[in-house]
Amino acid sequence: MEERKIQLPLDEETILSLKAGDSVLLTGTMITGRDAAHQRLFETIQNHQKLPIKLEGEVIYYVGPAPSKPGVPVGSAGPTSSYRMDKVAPILMEHGLKGMIGKGNRSKEVIDSMKKNKCVYFAAIGGLGAMISKSILNSEVLCYEDLGTEAIHRFWVKDFPAIVVIDSEGNNLYEIEQAKFREAE
Amino acid sequence: MRIVHTNTVKDAVKNLFIEANFDIGESVFKVIQDSIRKEKSQLGQSVLGKIYDNNILAKKERIAICQDTGMSVVFIQIGQDIHFEGDYINDAINQGVREAYEEGYLRKSVVRDPLFERVNTKDNTPAVIHTSIIPGDKIFIEVMPKGFGSENMSTLKMFAPSAGIDGVKQFIIDAIEKAGPNACPPMIVGVGIGGTFEYASYLAKKAVLRGPDHKHPDPRYRELEEEILTKVNKTGIGPAGLGGLTTAFAVNIEVYPTHIASIPVAINISCHASRHASIEI
Repeated sequence: MEERKIQLPLDEETILSLKAGDSVLLTGTMITGRDAAHQRLFETIQNHQKLPIKLEGEVIYYVGPAPSKPGVPVGSAGPTSSYRMDKVAPILMEHGLKGMIGKGNRSKEVIDSMKKNKCVYFAAIGGLGAMISKSILNSEVLCYEDLGTEAIHRFWVKDFPAIVVIDSEGNNLYEIEQAKFREAE
Repeated sequence: MRIVHTNTVKDAVKNLFIEANFDIGESVFKVIQDSIRKEKSQLGQSVLGKIYDNNILAKKERIAICQDTGMSVVFIQIGQDIHFEGDYINDAINQGVREAYEEGYLRKSVVRDPLFERVNTKDNTPAVIHTSIIPGDKIFIEVMPKGFGSENMSTLKMFAPSAGIDGVKQFIIDAIEKAGPNACPPMIVGVGIGGTFEYASYLAKKAVLRGPDHKHPDPRYRELEEEILTKVNKTGIGPAGLGGLTTAFAVNIEVYPTHIASIPVAINISCHASRHASIEI
């Protein structure tokens, strides 16, 4: 399967060119965040306070990495289920988020917001934590350090493996591929 | 009577959790290889290949297979002729978990209160401990670092007896369809049928522990497992939910007598990284 090399952060031309089904290798920087960090970002926005990080143009990876052994930047670091971030994702896209990396289905509200805000949803393959960690060159905490693994980190990645599952037009690879192999009773 | 120091149990629990998180075990390696041969989706085949390579890498370099190193579930069967010396046995088990997650660089994923503050306990304790007393003077410990991507997709229903076998089958298929890519397929599906509300869940978890290569000894249940597995693999979900014929590696059923008014059915789902390890002391 041919893999497209993609530079992060994403520019608009790249976003529009990414289609559901594209296998990609991502190089550049991304931020991380999962349940607890999303809740804090949500509350900050609800309270009209200033966000501790800039979201414009960013790609967020839904991950809570395992601790790093001495000499490596990060431990096992595969994706977590994305649906738990569905409540907050549209608000983050309104604040400039351009890409999300996780695993699993998204809500209609998220997909509608992706189309409106021209955003891409990538899947990393769940359960490949050891392998994916090899593509993360560096990691640093940006905010919410008290959350430990759930803190927002910046990752510097090289050839991070992912697949475009939902593109900025709303095409959904899960639906397309599953339909091909579904045998109706 | 046999005297066992609880430090022996602590050390065993520690080693088992570390091993389980690094080494997926032969039965899962084998079922992945078998599935690669049978999978018709090119993307699905590629996903299975990556899962295999990831598990080899984790074993070789001693990196956690998955960053979700789970909540620590411990099944301990204690021979009734054992006398423990040392700490309270549950404290020893929790100390084993603490040391494993620290020394193994495993993720600490447990929060103290489930509803209010949700502050991380920072050592992955407390474990969920299932204790049972068995005849003899041996101790059998089985551990399962249980990831919650798949745990969250688990479910339970109390059926009226009139729902019958068809009602139960449909419930299992529906649960797997609903879990889809979230549960990191190919899954191992544990089904507990019978007992009471809580015992059905316990059975479902025991069923997951059987792994991909242990069929039910009763031919009627063995056939039912195979029939449901065939149906599950026709849903199209496939490896990582990206389409294909390998949605589950196994459907394992455990049963227990139940009340005249009910068929309790619990479904506990494991992701493809179905990690467990066991020892007899």
